[in-house]
Amino acid sequence: MKNLLRYALTRILLTIPMLWILLTLVFVVLRIMPGDPVSAMLGGHAPERVIQQKKEELGLNRPLLVQYFDYLGELARLDLGNSMIFNQKVSQPLLEKLPATLELTLVGMGFTMLIGIPLGAYAASRRRTGRDFGIRLFGNVAYCIPVFWMGLMLQLFFGIWLDLLPIAGRTGPRVYVADFQKTGFYLLDTLLAGQWASFADVALHLLLPSLTLGIVLSGIFIRLTRANMLDTLKADYVLAARARGIPERRVVYGHALKNAFIPVLTMLGLQFAALLAGAILTETTFSWPGMGRLLVERIYLRDYPTIQGVIVVFAFFVSVISLAVDLIYAAIDPRVRY
Amino acid sequence: MPPTPNEPILKVRGLSIAYPIAIGTVRAVEGASLELGDGEALGLVGESGCGKSTLGLAILRLVRPPGRITAGRILYHGRDILAMREAEVRGLRGRAITMAFQNPLTSLNPLVRIDRQFLETIRQHEPSVRRSEALKRAERILEELGVEPRRLFEYPHQLSGGMRQRVMLGLGLVMNPDILVADEPTTALDVIVEAGFIDLLNRLRRDLKLSILLITHNLGMVAEIADRLAVMYAGKIVEVGTAEAVFHRPLHPYTHGLIHCVPNIRLDQDKLATMGGSPPDLVEPPPGCRFHPRCPRVMDVCRREEPPLADHRDGQRAACWLYGGVV
Amino acid sequence: MAGTRGARYSAAGWLARLLGRLTTARRKYGAEWWILIAGAVVILFTIYMAAFPQTLAPYDPLDQETGPQLAPPSSAHPMGTDNLSRDVLSRMIHGSRTILGVAFAAAILSSVIGIPLGLLSGFLGGAVDRVLSLIMDSIYAFPGLILAIAFAAMLGPGVVNITLSVAVIYIPTYFRLVRGQTLSIKQELYVEAARAIGARQRTILGRYIFPNVIATVVVIFSLNIADAIMTEAALSYIGLGLPAGIPDWGMDLSMGKKFLPSGVWWMITFPGAMISVLALGFTMLGEGLSEILNPRLLEK
Repeated sequence: MKNLLRYALTRILLTIPMLWILLTLVFVVLRIMPGDPVSAMLGGHAPERVIQQKKEELGLNRPLLVQYFDYLGELARLDLGNSMIFNQKVSQPLLEKLPATLELTLVGMGFTMLIGIPLGAYAASRRRTGRDFGIRLFGNVAYCIPVFWMGLMLQLFFGIWLDLLPIAGRTGPRVYVADFQKTGFYLLDTLLAGQWASFADVALHLLLPSLTLGIVLSGIFIRLTRANMLDTLKADYVLAARARGIPERRVVYGHALKNAFIPVLTMLGLQFAALLAGAILTETTFSWPGMGRLLVERIYLRDYPTIQGVIVVFAFFVSVISLAVDLIYAAIDPRVRY
Repeated sequence: MPPTPNEPILKVRGLSIAYPIAIGTVRAVEGASLELGDGEALGLVGESGCGKSTLGLAILRLVRPPGRITAGRILYHGRDILAMREAEVRGLRGRAITMAFQNPLTSLNPLVRIDRQFLETIRQHEPSVRRSEALKRAERILEELGVEPRRLFEYPHQLSGGMRQRVMLGLGLVMNPDILVADEPTTALDVIVEAGFIDLLNRLRRDLKLSILLITHNLGMVAEIADRLAVMYAGKIVEVGTAEAVFHRPLHPYTHGLIHCVPNIRLDQDKLATMGGSPPDLVEPPPGCRFHPRCPRVMDVCRREEPPLADHRDGQRAACWLYGGVV
Repeated sequence: MAGTRGARYSAAGWLARLLGRLTTARRKYGAEWWILIAGAVVILFTIYMAAFPQTLAPYDPLDQETGPQLAPPSSAHPMGTDNLSRDVLSRMIHGSRTILGVAFAAAILSSVIGIPLGLLSGFLGGAVDRVLSLIMDSIYAFPGLILAIAFAAMLGPGVVNITLSVAVIYIPTYFRLVRGQTLSIKQELYVEAARAIGARQRTILGRYIFPNVIATVVVIFSLNIADAIMTEAALSYIGLGLPAGIPDWGMDLSMGKKFLPSGVWWMITFPGAMISVLALGFTMLGEGLSEILNPRLLEK
């Protein structure tokens, strides 16, 4: 236990430089790029004087280095600045929409693992048979389908043709969010408030978008789990376990998968980043009121502080997830910490 | 030790194993027959790639696709293992017949603590055993093997190579099997550990009444444990006999060469003895006797006909035309 | 063998060896071979479509008077018409040029930047390597699409800008690949340096390392294009892509989305299917190649 704590501390400390690099990257992209955001925002035909005035207002005329340290300073104080378009702090709509995106992403990740890992393990145990090729084909095809197209097709099929599932928003017309709103995670909130009908409604709304994410990203998990399982199944301890009479299913899912899972877990961390990216597209498709849709809207409106704020939050989450994955890794694999 | 076992606990008859590869089918084992007597130690020796490990795996039906057992019977207490249902064979594994493998560093699941690995094995065969009882059994066998019981609560990577080998043995012996098939158990260990291991095996034979099939290319080790020897070459058994007979009066030219390849520290040798040629292609083995291209005493018939494994004298058998060949 | 040193490095010799390996591969790797062929067929057809759309498309993709509005697929319009009465099939065919062009250009750009940087970093080592690696790793860890969105948002619409946005996110892939290979070359060289036979080092480089690197780069390039196709489609779907005049599959998808609730399925089905098929084509080509040129290279 002590070793685990020590490792955890070290790892947390290491997250800071990585986060710093990401934030710097965001700054570089959003400030040192050709193209003038201010003139674009003002319509492209505004007189030079007005442009300069606005720039002065926004502090964009100061030396870059000053802007950079200001930026870092603000972030350290968790201040994401003010929206350039609306009269609000950037963090306000962000915090409102964050739970929506997180809920979608987490459930999506759940589906990804639920679909990808067992299929990958199964494909490995039936190597080079028809089923193996079928599963791999499915994985490859799923990966090549644009997530937004999958979303649209699912909408078409289940929402329009079959009229079974809702295709937009988080809640239906007869559900009043104020009745249960607490954490922002509606699945949780409705349960806490004991409102079963609302829970069902929220769950149904969550189903298609998260399934979309889940299916499209399962391809990678299928492939990775299968590859790792193939290696693991060749391992000596697998043979030794079989030689002790352990039944095949336990050998595959109990011994081999546990070992194969470790690199898969690492991939989970990287995939979360992909999930966030996919969430942006999914939210646009399903009119899901999350950060992704906020980003797209504000891009359209050229509200650069908000754009920057959203991306910073994404960067933060990527780092946190990467950290969490490493910690779980250490918890599972004793070799890492001793 | 009697020259031939009167009641073989394990009988292999005409075993053939093949596995297909891109360019053909490898005939890894062909028509192999041998017996293991009750309480006996049989050494199965041969060079790398001669098929001895595959044969060992076949005993517990652990040959995985694409490898296939194409012919033969393996009789344990008279019942053919190859004809049993999968569930029955699983019941034998680790309980009646057990295997110990070559590489202790990788033969233990690194993620699972030792005690839980024991628990899993014991519960697999006797589901109703209580945890405390199971742990006691584990402790007992570890003690027998010279491993401190506290090691039960550690992870494999915390143990030394020799200890891991003993733990692996322990996992195999905890259910008190009749037969131990040890596949190159000391190849990955240094000689001092190996010496200790040899003593251990001898002691286990005595105390646990274990029959051992020792698969190895290490003639020195075999000399100190085995009662009888079976020599394998290119997938075929070429000689069988008591250790003493095979070492001092080898019949088959291959055996002869093998014995004399082992350097003798007492002799004044300038050059190490070797055998000319290299092991044959198992996809397209040479016609007739598989050893004939390298045999210093090859005859015409050797190139055409495969010699059967025939009795010669005092129970010693050889597959060689030099000694006639009438079964 | 000494006298044939010229032949060893010649392009013809290398090509002959490649063809030889492909034919052997066909025997050995039945399934992968057909996957590769399927991918190649799709790609070649799409390239033809992109190069000579006029030979295939029945209408002008920008023509807003090809027939009824929002008409479902029929013999006159096999893929239907959109809300501006444009023929969907023609838009699909012409759109291939955009997406293929951007993806290709972006992949080339990424490799042209990433490969030399990787070589440099691996070769120089030290602080340069560490700094570059850190930057590249951070970019790599960050979700590519989000970075591309950020770039595209800042640069504004236009084909060049889109290409740049897509190209940036793949640079680390080439960087890491080439850097890794360079590092192992370095090791080999130092080992061989002990033997102090100059020609020997070049032989190792030329015969063993270089072909492997080329093979890997080719595979990565193909997969890169597949990914770039998806990214470009995503960017134009969000609206960051190209001006309305240029037919683009992603943009058509986002247009079609509006009419989905009324049951208009053909405006979204075909663009999406085209994107998927094209991406799949490049993926299959890449994977098939990887199995054949270098078995077990990409965690098969």
